[in-house]
Amino acid sequence: MCLAIPARIVELEKDNAVVDAMGNRYRAKTTLLPEVKLGDMVLIHAGFAISLVDEEEARQTWQLLAEIAEFDQTPDKISG
Amino acid sequence: MLERIYKAQKLMDAACKKLGRQINIMEVCGTHTVSIFRHGIKSTLPKGIKLLSGPGCPVCVTNQSYIDSVLELAGRDDYLIATYGDMIRVPGKGGSLETKQTKVNVKVVLSSEDALQLAKDNPDKTIVFVAVGFETTTPATAVVIKEAAAENIDNFCILSGHKLVVPAMRALLSDKNNNIDGFLCPGHVSVIIGYGAFGEIVEDFGRPCVVAGFEPLQIIEGLGEICQQLAADKPELKSIYTAVVTKKGNTAAQKIIDECFEPANGYWRGLGMIEKSTLKLRDKYSRFDAFKRFDITEIPGEDASGCRCGEVLCGLVEPPECGLFEKSCTPDTPVGPCMVSSEGACAAWFKYGGNRTAGNQDGRV
Repeated sequence: MCLAIPARIVELEKDNAVVDAMGNRYRAKTTLLPEVKLGDMVLIHAGFAISLVDEEEARQTWQLLAEIAEFDQTPDKISG
Repeated sequence: MLERIYKAQKLMDAACKKLGRQINIMEVCGTHTVSIFRHGIKSTLPKGIKLLSGPGCPVCVTNQSYIDSVLELAGRDDYLIATYGDMIRVPGKGGSLETKQTKVNVKVVLSSEDALQLAKDNPDKTIVFVAVGFETTTPATAVVIKEAAAENIDNFCILSGHKLVVPAMRALLSDKNNNIDGFLCPGHVSVIIGYGAFGEIVEDFGRPCVVAGFEPLQIIEGLGEICQQLAADKPELKSIYTAVVTKKGNTAAQKIIDECFEPANGYWRGLGMIEKSTLKLRDKYSRFDAFKRFDITEIPGEDASGCRCGEVLCGLVEPPECGLFEKSCTPDTPVGPCMVSSEGACAAWFKYGGNRTAGNQDGRV
């Protein structure tokens, strides 16, 4: 539940932002990260930016999330 | 990357030899649990390293009486229940929110902001936000409480089930029978509270506390670091998730939590009552407190008959040791919350098969 997704801030007005994560855009609040600027990469949790994050970390996390999403498409049980 | 994995494995091997016994390391974060299972990390570890999934999944640790209270409120036509999707299938008295969702008064939200928006859009209904989660999630609730107060949105309230990670770790270690040698500390909780918050566990209990991220290399290196400390008998506080975690954490988020909430004694599934481990709204925001508004009192919860989620959460048993596991309790027909939540230890064992393919521990099924 504490999953947080890296996303780039592509629009920002006061503490209302639009962020882009892996091509998906959605609204997020920056209330908890007052120093944030347009173009920053941030971690988004439950609709809120909670931390700045560097590009490399963001790339690795996106890759991990894509792998998990792919794996989640597989049947619920692995034989073994 | 391989060299770094080998290095961590060597540290783990050396610690096992030095201590001459099994080393038990607990992760206290559902996202770590999923990553450990998803990547088959257990199968890469030396035989002497055992990973325990602790109370790190907010849905799993939520007390049964809280769930039952939510379900009771969901039965009322004049209320609208706003909940994160994680809670929707947790069974309780008379079903789950999912079974109640056939009624229009249960809405899944992705953010606390969406819950507040429901209040603005439905002035004739009372919106009850099912506010669960650890410190990562709490600030989002606090922000909307302040917003609701500023805008006088009186048809909005929250049932705070927010919990604090460190008191739970203290409670586990205070049990003399605990077998925890060290903690892999949660990454995103630490973004908020800062890794310095785990210092008291190192100082008071002498256990290594290492914050790691969620990529497999981070987890393996975190385990290696814990083992290195154990071998040297020098428990320390450390973060290797330096990309986002600082010692102080997100002070703006901490401030807003403190403005809205105060620590209170509260019940956890499996752990019972833990002092100052849950967050209740401060008096100045009590008009948004669903406990007060509906006169709800939390009582110690009991697991469903035969369900051993409580013991699983304390690292005392592994899911296959529960008689219901894979029999009456599956992700399609969950009996307990550790099977409901995708981050629960039981669901992870079911989906990824535990470590049985690796056969590196006791091969238990």
